[in-house]
Amino acid sequence: MRIELEKRPERSATMAWASPLIAVLATVVTGGLIFAAIGKPPLTALWIFFLEPFSSLWSLEELVVKATPLILIGVGLSVAYRANVWNIGAEGQFTFGALMGAIVPIFFNSWQSPLTLVAMLALGVLGGMIWAAIPALLKIKAGANEILVSLMLVYVAQLLLDWLVRGPWRDPKGYNFPKSVGFEDWQTMPVFGGGRLNLGIVLALVAAAALAILMRRTMKGFEVRVLGEAPRAGRFAGFSSDRMTLFVFLLSGGLAGLAGIVEVASTVGQLQPNISPGYGFTAIIVAFLGRLDPIGVVVAALMLAVSYLGGEAAQVALGISDKAARVFQGVLLFWVLACDTLIYYRLRIVRTAPVAEEGAR
Amino acid sequence: MDQSALLAVLLTIVTASTPLLLAALGELVTERAGVLNLGVEGMMVMGAVAGFAVALTTGSPYLGILAAAAAGALLSVPFGFLTLNLVANQVATGLALTLLGLGLSGLIGERFVGQPGVRLSKLHIPGLSDIPFVGPLLFGQDILVYLSIVLAVLVSWVVFRTRLGLILRAVGDNHASAHALGYSVVRVRWMAVLFGGALAGLGGGYLSLAYTPQWIENMTAGRGWIALALVVFSSWLPSRLVIGAYLFGAVTILGFFVQGLGVGVPAQLLSSLPYIVTIAALVVISTRRGRARADTPACLGQPFVPDR
Repeated sequence: MRIELEKRPERSATMAWASPLIAVLATVVTGGLIFAAIGKPPLTALWIFFLEPFSSLWSLEELVVKATPLILIGVGLSVAYRANVWNIGAEGQFTFGALMGAIVPIFFNSWQSPLTLVAMLALGVLGGMIWAAIPALLKIKAGANEILVSLMLVYVAQLLLDWLVRGPWRDPKGYNFPKSVGFEDWQTMPVFGGGRLNLGIVLALVAAAALAILMRRTMKGFEVRVLGEAPRAGRFAGFSSDRMTLFVFLLSGGLAGLAGIVEVASTVGQLQPNISPGYGFTAIIVAFLGRLDPIGVVVAALMLAVSYLGGEAAQVALGISDKAARVFQGVLLFWVLACDTLIYYRLRIVRTAPVAEEGAR
Repeated sequence: MDQSALLAVLLTIVTASTPLLLAALGELVTERAGVLNLGVEGMMVMGAVAGFAVALTTGSPYLGILAAAAAGALLSVPFGFLTLNLVANQVATGLALTLLGLGLSGLIGERFVGQPGVRLSKLHIPGLSDIPFVGPLLFGQDILVYLSIVLAVLVSWVVFRTRLGLILRAVGDNHASAHALGYSVVRVRWMAVLFGGALAGLGGGYLSLAYTPQWIENMTAGRGWIALALVVFSSWLPSRLVIGAYLFGAVTILGFFVQGLGVGVPAQLLSSLPYIVTIAALVVISTRRGRARADTPACLGQPFVPDR
């Protein structure tokens, strides 16, 4: 018995919608098997992991807070991946954006103005763009592989942050803890709702809407798709793949940097060695689960935010390691990619190997 | 620098280079077959945790080595199925493999954090290993160091001197022609992927059994990615891969050595040295653009669907 692929005459519109849902379902089933394997009651564990985050207002708000950086990073990455440009160093751009934005509270602590926060956010975007420009320019000027360079820069950014908060940027009154000064009220994102929701989610939704329009309604969006799907045709049309590489890196890097400063200026409240539970990498999964579409990314980000919250809840309730969340995220991406095959191909199970074909070899 | 200090530095360079050489050698074979597996980091870290766990529970580092290779190969199975049988995007699937490996190893390894591991002992050949300076360096390494060198020679020989190597390169350079000649592209690629997985697992196992015999989450610290860069750096040639891996190990260790001399450089800067050197190496090697393109397996990263 073996599985054969049969190319569909055209891409299946039904499957384009259904495949992410099948993937999520398959992940839940796989999750149940993993829970059973480590000796936890699978159904209870699944309920706590995937459904409890929806059971209270507090956790719904928390869900949105967790989804915010994932949306910001994920929408940028979805455009980059559409253009077939592989920025996988969003985590580094997030980190560098956070520490650029933190320059304001650390060096201009007494500057109190409505513009303080605006300056911080702008510096955050700039920081992310600077960090993303390195792999883009090395790719364009020297042909260096952007996947490897952007990934290497994640480690460099994290070590830079580590050095700063333990050394020159450490809070002198912080009892030697590795952290910067805490951000003041006017240096943090305005909050609303129950006091946890902040302006970050509004920025994230605006970014998603803007990129959805960019991709659907503008020439630039068309250029992204053409260069991603048919680079040769794109070049004949006069599109420059070098300029596109720089554009999508600056776009996705700037948004990752924005996510970084939003995160430290809201939930974290200061610079410290750990400012992200891997948002930059989870956002890669978000981008694919959202089918590389800015609106899809918003939905996908909420789904992956569930895995963070569910992971915490399962740890408290059942003593399941918080590492389980990362396993689920990895499994989910596998299923998403596997199910995407169904959009372009039909699966046919061939029961016995045809004898004639074997003989023909 | 006196002789014993020099010897210590050289010995550390060997242990720092071996895991890179093993993992990169596996990826070299995979890429020669036209498959880009970005999951090296994930397969390495699974090898590290499996090797550590089995060595600790059985007390035998050699069983640990086997387990490490098996774990790496096992993790490459879903990658092979998705990219070869379901023609999924190789870049994205490789990333998924790395994310899964990092998560899974963290989950499995949680109970081993802080436990003292089993160290893979260095071989002692009476007489030869006792020669001053040269003895410990050439005749007193552990078995995986020798295995990595033997494998490099073997891979070089198989790839360039045998029929199997010719098929492997045909599949990687022109899968349509290889298919037309009657070779099963998918089957050859499957073998290459599994081989790459096993060697990445071995490289990871070396970290938790010989380099630092303990389990630390994410202990591969980007070495899988560095191994991927080494393959590009070597222009897909095993001989150059050996040189590259050892040069790389030397640079890493030199950082620690400078720190030991008490030079006032932040520890974080020295820790970031391997990553910065990798970027620099990629830039230098890629700048000679014509050469690099000629060496790259022509079908690298391209999915293959046999037409019937």
